[in-house]
Amino acid sequence: MSKFLNIFLPAASGTALALGLAFGLAGRDYNKSTIESLEIQLDQANARTSAAQNTSDAQNEVVQALQDRLTTVEANLAAAASQIGSVAEPAPLKADTYQIGRLALSEEIAAWDVDVLPDGRGLPVGSGDVFTGEEVFADQCAACHGDFAEGVDNWPVLAGGFDTLADEDPIKTVGSYWPHLSTVWDYINRSMPFGAAGTLTADETYAIVAYILYSNDMVDDDFVLSQENFADFEMHNKDGFVLDDRAETEYAAWRTEPCMKNCKEEVEVTMRSVFLVETPPEGGSNSVMNSATIDGLPSFSATGPAFIPAATVAPKAPAATKAIVEEVSAEDQEAQLIDDGKKVFKKCRACHEVGEGAKNGSGPHLNGIVGRTMGSVDGFKYSKVFAAALDDGLVWDDEALASFLEKPKSYMKGTKMAFSGLKKASDQQAVIEYLRTFGE
Amino acid sequence: MDEMSKTSRRAFLRGSAAVAAGTAAGTVSAQTPDPAITELQDWASYLGAGVDETPYGLPISFESDVIRRNVEWLTASPISSINFTPIHALEGTITPQGCAFERHHSGAIELHKDDYRLMINGLVERPLVFTYEDLERLPRENHVYFCECAANTGMEWAGAQLNGVQFTHGMIHNMEYTGVPLRTLLKEAGADISLDKWVYVEGADASSNGRSIPMEKALDDVLVAFKANGEALRMEHGYPVRLVVPGWEGNLWVKWLRRIEITDRAVESREETSKYTDVYEDGVARKWTWVMDAKSVITSPSPQMPITHGAGPMVISGLAWSGHGQITRVDVSKDGGITWETARLGKQGDTKALTRFYLDTEWDGAPMLLQARAMDDTGYVQPTKEQLREQRGENAVYHNNCIQTWYVDVEGKAENVEVS
Ligand code: HEC
Ligand code: HEC
Repeated sequence: MSKFLNIFLPAASGTALALGLAFGLAGRDYNKSTIESLEIQLDQANARTSAAQNTSDAQNEVVQALQDRLTTVEANLAAAASQIGSVAEPAPLKADTYQIGRLALSEEIAAWDVDVLPDGRGLPVGSGDVFTGEEVFADQCAACHGDFAEGVDNWPVLAGGFDTLADEDPIKTVGSYWPHLSTVWDYINRSMPFGAAGTLTADETYAIVAYILYSNDMVDDDFVLSQENFADFEMHNKDGFVLDDRAETEYAAWRTEPCMKNCKEEVEVTMRSVFLVETPPEGGSNSVMNSATIDGLPSFSATGPAFIPAATVAPKAPAATKAIVEEVSAEDQEAQLIDDGKKVFKKCRACHEVGEGAKNGSGPHLNGIVGRTMGSVDGFKYSKVFAAALDDGLVWDDEALASFLEKPKSYMKGTKMAFSGLKKASDQQAVIEYLRTFGE
Repeated sequence: MDEMSKTSRRAFLRGSAAVAAGTAAGTVSAQTPDPAITELQDWASYLGAGVDETPYGLPISFESDVIRRNVEWLTASPISSINFTPIHALEGTITPQGCAFERHHSGAIELHKDDYRLMINGLVERPLVFTYEDLERLPRENHVYFCECAANTGMEWAGAQLNGVQFTHGMIHNMEYTGVPLRTLLKEAGADISLDKWVYVEGADASSNGRSIPMEKALDDVLVAFKANGEALRMEHGYPVRLVVPGWEGNLWVKWLRRIEITDRAVESREETSKYTDVYEDGVARKWTWVMDAKSVITSPSPQMPITHGAGPMVISGLAWSGHGQITRVDVSKDGGITWETARLGKQGDTKALTRFYLDTEWDGAPMLLQARAMDDTGYVQPTKEQLREQRGENAVYHNNCIQTWYVDVEGKAENVEVS
């Protein structure tokens, strides 16, 4: 019997899905389309059931059981459908209010409501000139954005790039791209300098904005910006934006029944990934240039790939490996062992820290562990067996460590180190060698 | 150039078909007993971890490579940067919070619930301040929604760039949110909710990331959320309170939400002018491009998830979503878009949420050009990269929802490619 059940599992899982959905209904947000989709699921499950029915007599029993369950699903569905309107309604909205929250004080609003609108509303009284701006900018901004707002390294460029927006590589800066001056004031005032946001005075912000305009050759060096002349200022790209027009330019054309067969004559690979991305265990990623070219890749037609490229056989370790190993010096071997140990230590890292400033985690820190008295780290709460080992003055040497690491729970009966052990002697040795590199 | 002739190709296919049949019937026989079965294993003998071991569990160490990853050279500093959800290794639709992508403009901040304040001001009868506790007293709802960064797949405008679905499509996550409808708060404050008004929202972090939302959307399905997947939001996703703007670009989902202002026009902040605007080929930018159009991608096989089992039965698994509503259909092609088969939806998608799709198929061992193509309930069909470029050029940065192609070679390795 169990044998048949196994064979039948893939077909049954579709039903399980439908069942799960139906039973979940009471607590779910559902609507007509959910019901419809459930019905589709049921049909699919039904179809699978009937297909399965044909496969073999031996499965009849299972099929019968399934059909019984489907009947239950259908009953549940019908029950759920009759309840529409009483399940998962949106949160109510009271006719009057809930009287929750308190009135905001004007000081509070003044502290937080600092946004500036394109017409200049929201600007505080103040002013600043280009020269002052240059000083503040050099002091507070240039480290990242460059002395002339030209950007350092990867940090944002704030000046130049005029009339490049239609180029292959547009340069979008305050000068070339931003449509409103208000945005410059607002953003610098609330978000810059990076790491000390909100520390500029209104006059400093006016001065910096004046300087950024100057860096963009948009004003002369005697320019003074204030809340009074602010609204008159027109940005270079003020007419460079239009509203989202995908509805007209794309949706109208792309809401059509798609092609399913013989949609193209032939397909060729035109480009391969520029970067291969390595994902090291310690996190992050390394981008490596991909040297592979599109030569040697088959084109495709309705009958499949034009040819089957031969598999690139995985490079076998060269026969000379053994000889090379013999030549490796003792130091290299040692270094290799420590390196291997570092990898093994990944299994310990969740609980143990090593190195400078290592703290106790769920396990004690392991600095100086080789030669250390067992159970001796101050402030760590050991199990009884470790406390006893401390009382007996037992010391961790290579041998003890290896035995402990091989089978922690048999070497130290009752230890709370929840680790099944390092089976390979080479792993034990490597991690001990790695730990030896961390002194007290 | 190594290649086989047509005849040897047929022989090859016949050969691999035989292998496939053998595997399917479960007739592969072992030569020696499997020690994993015949030998007593540690875990079957010694004791495992106790219930006091891990008060809050993390994935088992063997899954330690299923993590968010960043690409260092993309940004000047990891503080104002992005990392990517490991969608290649996830299944179903819900993204665990711990590996859901992060995007910050001034880093993820630690803001205690007790220090949390939410202000509503501007064109309101009563400017109000709410505490975190206040929010939990208002009627709330639960919804699953995807959150996709507008720049997801943005690198790929210029060609196939990064070899991994985590990196090409991983600026997305999908969670079940618990929160108060924004309209409830607007009502509390007596906001002017005429449809020509705007709702400006900003966060408590140093970037504050202000954005303007048109009133119609604000009254529709926007949530002021404080839980995700049943537990508190993670710091990196805006603990204790974030905005959820279903179907719209992630940048609008302001984290550490601290202020809501009703205005009579869009603020046109830095995040809605300098950034999150799309420059088309003619140099003219599109602004207020909020909706994320329908999109899909195959997550397995993909460059980080090669086929390792050889020819035979296999599952092609992927994700589809649309900011306009529900996914109604996903088609999969193995030949770069010449022939399409309709995939099975894992379960009918929620509106504006991720939908899982499967193609349960046989691999004959020959190379494939895998593609997926989503359709939503507006009838929209996910476009090819060519269609998108024709319309917008290559410098739009944002909103790249093109069909992705993986080249799968005879060894089952997959690579990010572009096709004619
Ligand atoms: C430590 C480096 C650093 C310093 C110092 C700094 N910035 Fe920035 N600046 C940045 C980063 C990073 C961004 C992008 C932030 C983001 O991703 O949202 C930025 C963005 C900007 C932008 C928007 C650029 C764009 O194209 O959208 C402006 C304007 C700006 N900074 C002005 C200033 C000014 C003015 C100062 C000095 C008061 C300053 N910055 C100091 C790092 C810095
Ligand atoms: C799941 C957590 C965990 C893991 C994984 C783990 N340990 Fe431990 N380890 C502990 C705990 C807890 C103790 C304290 C044992 C006790 O009090 O019974 C401990 C104790 C030790 C000690 C004795 C320390 C002392 O002060 O006497 C050594 C040595 C040690 N571990 C090494 C390792 C190494 C090497 C690995 C990896 C191969 C490892 N552990 C993996 C939790 C762990």
